[in-house]
Amino acid sequence: MSTQPAMINRYRWYELISIYAGIFLFLTFILAPFVEGFLVSLKPLGLLFSSPYRFWPENGSFTAYRTMWVSVPGFARYIFNSFFISIIVTAMVLILVIPASYAFARFKFRGSGLLLGAFLAVTMFSGAVLLIPLFRLMRTFGLLNTYFAMIVPSVAFLIPSAIWLLRTYMMRIPRELDEAAFVDGASHFYTLRRVILPIAMPGITVVAITTFIGSYAQQFIFALTFNSKTEYMPLPVGLFAYFGRQEVIWNELMAASFVGITPAIIVIFFLQRYLVSGLTAGAVKQ
Amino acid sequence: MNVQRSTLIFAWMLLLPAVLYVVVIVAYPLLDTFILSFTDASLKKTSNWVGWINYEKIFNTTFAEVIIRTFVWTFFSVAIKMIIGVFGACMLNAAVPGRALFRVLTMPPWIVPMAIGIFMWGWMYNGQFGMISGVLQNWGIIDGPVAFLARGSTAFWATIITDVWIGVPMVTLYMLAAMQAVPQDLYEAAWTDGAGRFYRFRRITLPLLIPSMITMSMLSLISTFNSFDIIWILTQGGPNGETTTMIIDTYRTAIGSKKYGEGAARAVLICIFLSIFCLAYFRVTSRLSAGETNR
Repeated sequence: MSTQPAMINRYRWYELISIYAGIFLFLTFILAPFVEGFLVSLKPLGLLFSSPYRFWPENGSFTAYRTMWVSVPGFARYIFNSFFISIIVTAMVLILVIPASYAFARFKFRGSGLLLGAFLAVTMFSGAVLLIPLFRLMRTFGLLNTYFAMIVPSVAFLIPSAIWLLRTYMMRIPRELDEAAFVDGASHFYTLRRVILPIAMPGITVVAITTFIGSYAQQFIFALTFNSKTEYMPLPVGLFAYFGRQEVIWNELMAASFVGITPAIIVIFFLQRYLVSGLTAGAVKQ
Repeated sequence: MNVQRSTLIFAWMLLLPAVLYVVVIVAYPLLDTFILSFTDASLKKTSNWVGWINYEKIFNTTFAEVIIRTFVWTFFSVAIKMIIGVFGACMLNAAVPGRALFRVLTMPPWIVPMAIGIFMWGWMYNGQFGMISGVLQNWGIIDGPVAFLARGSTAFWATIITDVWIGVPMVTLYMLAAMQAVPQDLYEAAWTDGAGRFYRFRRITLPLLIPSMITMSMLSLISTFNSFDIIWILTQGGPNGETTTMIIDTYRTAIGSKKYGEGAARAVLICIFLSIFCLAYFRVTSRLSAGETNR
């Protein structure tokens, strides 16, 4: 794709200008909240609550990044919780999804298409729709107000896209490999563990990363509803601690947000290739 | 091909854990919602079968209004997402220096914890001190401060815009991938024949993108219809219920007021709508892929 003849892609100056203008406009919309959020984190509270509005932080400082740990002492714990929940969710999704994807990729049996369709249909129900029975279910299992109240439901809603992705990847592994191992007398299970798993590792990595990010980004509704213990709260719910009785400590909230965002930003810069392929593998190849 | 018995057993062994998990955490709650919707279940230990009363109640309240509002909200959100997303994909598809960086910069709203992005928007919409009101005043577009989330009409659009912001990266990257899957020789052939850039876009890119656009907008429709976090954090459905969508109303009834039965009836309605969307999605995608093989 990148080795196309150069001539076809040569732009005239006015085309270049309009493309860059378009990109600028687009990225302004995408990034404006982050820019504003970052500037807010630098402004002292007095400047924030003053009009007229000033964009640039005069006498801005990083004080909020220090005081935020003091005003909400649990903040470090919230970040830990977010990570902990996402890691366990990712591990559980992988354990369930790797064998299932292999089955969907390799074996055609009666109802396999229907079953795959049923899995995919799960994605359409958000947790919000099933909240009432899930609440009762968590209560029955005695999981309310534990980490697992947030982990167990999240896993179910991350399974479908993970299966779809990994199945697509595994279908590209040549069938001859399984058959060769099988002819040599290897069992089904041995073939999966020793032949398929190593080859599928890049695909599994993609699934792990997208699942982790998905879980890290969407810890809200289950945490809001199924857990009321401060010590288990993940970041998105924990941040409400900056909403004081009278007013929101906006500069510290934004500073805390940026600290909480950092893992995601690191992931974007180092692993974006995986993320894009994760998003598009299941999508375009239909 | 004759599938051996042992192979079949092995396949089911592999599938069983995932199937069981989804049955317990998704299928059973779905059934439970349906049953609950015919009872007066609440925090009390016991509950009675009440028949269709919960459903009748729904239509005696303002829920019809809520349904319409949900559809309008969803429609505009999806439409704007698609417009901005396709526009962004076109721009990022141009072979200009820096495109790799621009692509990375598209991702943050999608990857960052949703609640954090929403907090940022919440501050920007602030009337007294927020950026949008402030900048519009500085430019003289509005006279006084406008608290976007405190007025029904502006809160409606403010929540849509935040939802668009969170959804756009996904649409953009998806459409970009679809654009890059268009065979390059088509462009080259057209280019040799002297077709201009705009002509090539209109006659090659756009027709080949339509299947992906349909797929993406249907996926987006389903996730937007389910959107909860944005409205809940920004307005909790207010002011005066003018941003109350079906999901928000269900949450308020079931979790807020602990009326599980009435909440479940609302959830069942949402499920019915979602099933219709989902069936339509499967129909459309299977027809699209059938069309693909005929070409």
